[in-house]
Amino acid sequence: MTATTLEKAATEQAATVEFRGLRREFGATVALDGLDLTVRPGEFLALLGPSGCGKTTALRMLAGFEHPDSGAVLVDGRDITQVPAHRRDAGMVFQSYSLFPHLNAVDNVAFGLRMRGVRAVERRSRAAELLELVGLGDKGERFPHQLSGGQQQRIALARALALRPRVLLLDEPLSALDAKVRLSLREEIRRLQQELGITTLFVTHDQEEALSIADRVAVMRAGRLEQCAEPAELYGRPATAFVAEFVGTMSRIPGELKDGTVEVLGQRLPADGEAADGAVDVLVRPENLRVRADEQGGARVVATAFLGAVVRLTVRLADGTEAKADLPAHEAAGLGAGAAATASLPERAVLVAARTEN
Amino acid sequence: MARRLTPWRWAVLGLAALYFLVPLAASVVFTVDDPDGISFDAYTKILSAGGFVSSLLLSLELAVTTIVVVLLLMVPAVVALRLGAPRLRPVVEVVCSLPLVVPPIAFVAGIVSVLKWGPDHLSRTPLFQTFVAIQNPSFPVVLVLAYVVMALPFVYRALDAGLRAIDVRTLVEAARSCGASWPQALVRAVLPNLRGALLNAAFLTLALVLGEFTVAQLLGYQPFAVWIYNVGSDQAQMSVAVSVLSLLVTWALLLALAGAGGGRNRTAPSRG
Repeated sequence: MTATTLEKAATEQAATVEFRGLRREFGATVALDGLDLTVRPGEFLALLGPSGCGKTTALRMLAGFEHPDSGAVLVDGRDITQVPAHRRDAGMVFQSYSLFPHLNAVDNVAFGLRMRGVRAVERRSRAAELLELVGLGDKGERFPHQLSGGQQQRIALARALALRPRVLLLDEPLSALDAKVRLSLREEIRRLQQELGITTLFVTHDQEEALSIADRVAVMRAGRLEQCAEPAELYGRPATAFVAEFVGTMSRIPGELKDGTVEVLGQRLPADGEAADGAVDVLVRPENLRVRADEQGGARVVATAFLGAVVRLTVRLADGTEAKADLPAHEAAGLGAGAAATASLPERAVLVAARTEN
Repeated sequence: MARRLTPWRWAVLGLAALYFLVPLAASVVFTVDDPDGISFDAYTKILSAGGFVSSLLLSLELAVTTIVVVLLLMVPAVVALRLGAPRLRPVVEVVCSLPLVVPPIAFVAGIVSVLKWGPDHLSRTPLFQTFVAIQNPSFPVVLVLAYVVMALPFVYRALDAGLRAIDVRTLVEAARSCGASWPQALVRAVLPNLRGALLNAAFLTLALVLGEFTVAQLLGYQPFAVWIYNVGSDQAQMSVAVSVLSLLVTWALLLALAGAGGGRNRTAPSRG
């Protein structure tokens, strides 16, 4: 409720963020290798990738804690690459608990206002509103060591929002928390972000987290952008094999590519993706692989795992490769470990990738 | 387990107490012992004796100046070291530990020869006046310089331990993203969390300066420790009284420092 009146200003002028050809090397390692990315106004964009892919470096460049060897960071078209961190207008929540241990919750939130020279009465009331906003209105007098991890990160979030920043930066803010708190806090973050309409960058290595809260997800690999798309598209139509395997579960099934179609599991299907004709791998999501009991089938169920609504089967195909398949629990009834089965794919285009030896 | 050990603990505590308290009690008894019974003459004479107040004040001035100088020197240095050049840490650690290895007598011999050499060679330059100024007997800057060097090992260790307990980089970055400039981030975000370490450093430096004898004596100044020695050489009873008194003064100062530092220290995070 407070958010709508309090933060309206931010909504009206949400910022566009652009990374242009960012490059950064740390000694021999290349953290960013020409990153180009545009974040739309008011968007919640997740930067996703394995550790060391440069996602945190990119975020820290936007915050002003790292400087690119070449390239530029733009906010609303203005080059801010040379602007020092404290004049950047970016609120940041860190991975580790970053509250000032010597200040209580209210003073932590009010810290930025104090730096701006806001009067004590005014900043305390603003800090109290923000604490209310993150649901900790009654914890204002507590010190960080008296608060749980989740509460600390909420206060860090309130602190990051206190100066009405143009951009909100979240550097794996949930990774130090336990599973339950993580889930509720990420919903909270999403709710707040939508209420405030603030352009937000969220760094994570957890694909589920990225898919579930972001408007768009940018998958990074080795300092480059692999694909930036909405979660559904990223999952359903991954642009590269790397994205396909990093986001969600993906099995590789050998096939033969020829003239744009691929021969796999005895079917001929249209092929997507870049690969040369010849032996390729077909990338299959578990929910797309159909398995049915078949005494004559060449495949064999190796293991089953009950996941609630579905059962995840691990199937060894005729040629020895293993693939994962999700079946509704009732269909999986006859398919215990060791059962013979046939695997097939739905009649639609599949993603292929160059064969990897393993 | 703990219960069974209790008698042992008491025994150890008792032994330690004996070790520390017996000499102290003996000193006190000696100072008030008089052929006619008990007399506090020794203590009253102290106040009237020449040099008590001035030497104590000189020691305090030296201590305060040394603390200020050594902290101004070391705090930015260790923070910068931690943030900017962690690989230089062993080097700085070794450099800061050198004063422990060099005996004060060798150290002061070096200072003396520099002080002699300087005026000979620089008599025609403005530096000559510098040499005169730092040896001003009413406030010998040269002693401060020497004490700063001697305090380095303790101050470095205290600050390093303090910095180890906090995540300096994150604190600074959090402050910077809240709109604090570099100096503001240091003063507002890092220093308050180093309070314990700063106090420790100040304690150690204060104790060092109040008790330092060799350098001050050999350079010919008369701070408190030297004054006690001089008094004691002719009046045994009074010198012991002064020692007892100086012990009390040091305690009082340390307590005052702890009080001043700990008074507002509601947080004193137990980091549990």
